[in-house]
Amino acid sequence: MTTTTTRPRAAAAVRPRRSGSSGNRRRPNLLAGAGSLLWLAVVGVPLYALLVATFQRGENYTSDGPLTPPSDPTLDNYATAIENGLLGFVLNTAIVTLAVVVIVVALSATAGYAVVRSRTRWTNGVFRAFLLGLAIPSQAVIIPVYLIIVEMGLYDSLTAIVLPTAAFALPVCMLILVGSMRDISEELYEAMALDGAGSVRTFVQLVVPLSRPGLSTVAVYSALQAWNGFLFPLILTQSHDKRLITMGLFEFQGEYRVDVPGLLTAVVLSTVPLFVVYLVARRSLVAGLMGVGGK
Amino acid sequence: MFAALPMVLVAYLSLTSWGGLGTPEFVGLENWSRLAGDPVMRRAVWLSLVLTVLNWIVQTPIALLLGVWAAGPQRNRAVLSAIFFLPLLLSSAAIAIIWRALLDPNFGPLAWLGPRLGLGSVDVLGGPTSAFAMIVFVTAWQFIPLHMLLYQGGARQIPASLYEAARIDGAGMLRSFWHITLPQLRHTITTSSVLMVVGSLTYFDTVLILTGGGPGTDTTIVPFLMYRAGFRSWELGYASAIAFTLVVVATVIALLLVRFTGFGSMRSTREGM
Repeated sequence: MTTTTTRPRAAAAVRPRRSGSSGNRRRPNLLAGAGSLLWLAVVGVPLYALLVATFQRGENYTSDGPLTPPSDPTLDNYATAIENGLLGFVLNTAIVTLAVVVIVVALSATAGYAVVRSRTRWTNGVFRAFLLGLAIPSQAVIIPVYLIIVEMGLYDSLTAIVLPTAAFALPVCMLILVGSMRDISEELYEAMALDGAGSVRTFVQLVVPLSRPGLSTVAVYSALQAWNGFLFPLILTQSHDKRLITMGLFEFQGEYRVDVPGLLTAVVLSTVPLFVVYLVARRSLVAGLMGVGGK
Repeated sequence: MFAALPMVLVAYLSLTSWGGLGTPEFVGLENWSRLAGDPVMRRAVWLSLVLTVLNWIVQTPIALLLGVWAAGPQRNRAVLSAIFFLPLLLSSAAIAIIWRALLDPNFGPLAWLGPRLGLGSVDVLGGPTSAFAMIVFVTAWQFIPLHMLLYQGGARQIPASLYEAARIDGAGMLRSFWHITLPQLRHTITTSSVLMVVGSLTYFDTVLILTGGGPGTDTTIVPFLMYRAGFRSWELGYASAIAFTLVVVATVIALLLVRFTGFGSMRSTREGM
């Protein structure tokens, strides 16, 4: 974090000279550059304060000041967070996330294929129904979801979180996948048919490999939804050992009222897996999120 | 299937009295007449609408400018965009907890900073106006990166030839922005606005963690009121009535936005957007 706040500033200092020669713009856009640096401060300073706090001893937290590096850095906060059962929450969240991703990828791939390839009234109707689902916020229907889960006898289980999370991620994922599957050209399907491939083989050998970018976007998007989900875990589970990471943080907040660095450490730890995913799959994640609103 | 069944259920449940266990009991319009006379609900609707408008006013210009900037060719753009993206990785819960810690009047950096700026101790989340302002701010902090991505995607699709033509005509950067960038982005603006409006009206996690609806009911917006009625007081029938109102209001506003901004014609004008 420390390097990130200094490096762009240095780059900005040389920009006026440089961007004049880039050819795309006639004049350096100083105003925009200044604005983006201002926003960098708005985003970066809190994140920096967050990170610094996690190495701070509780008793020094207020005295050292929020932006100076800790006078006596420590990893105790990380040890404490792990001792307090944070890993259990992470494990639960990982299970839920994996299940959601598997369900969403499997369903949206096959359903997307059906929508693109067969143009019967039925599949079109199903697709419309999916798109209608885009407009329904989960908050608005949380009470019926709760009713359904209770009636199914799933209340307070991890399955209770997986099912609605997957269901509410599906519309966006369908939209992304149908978009990328439409790009597969008709000739390829015909070639497959000439080779005598049935629809299953066409799906496995042609559609899945060619829509891999769409599929990875869908996987990343649904993982993000599952990992950061709050409402479903809040309402559909109650026992401590069924808590996911977001709810775990929420509960920590009550317990750690005085130990702010400890709480912030838990927040940082809860984000590490997503950060790793971000580093690995940055491109498809960004593309996926752009696609959410662009289509 | 996904949309219709729960909506029908919400509508039905709003006509019942249900404590979460056992069978919902039909009570007719009782919840609705109670809702109509509830001053907390009236205030929550007002606060939700104010929040929606403020969110739009704060987030749209910043996200638009940042998005257009990020679509440009600057050298440091990639690094900065990667940093700007980080809030999207954090859950609402994490973001609310971070800001609550940063704003804590006893233990947070603000407690450290306040006296040094000669402000004394500042309890931002304790004052009605400042607590509400903080919700607007934290929401912006959380969601501007997403909308920035939308605008970045939109701005990349504007043909470069338009800018070249404008340059030949002697248009400066501000005029190019005003006459090319903005009109070309109008569909993205609509998409982003609809997302923002529906998001603001159903926004909930941050309020729960950051202010808990308080002080008093000063940040009790409609979704939070629904949660409180449903899952704290266990009046799920009443909460269903609130939820139904919420969906109807959100849908009407989204449809109006789409209608007035010509969103429906999007397909024909911008293929592949």
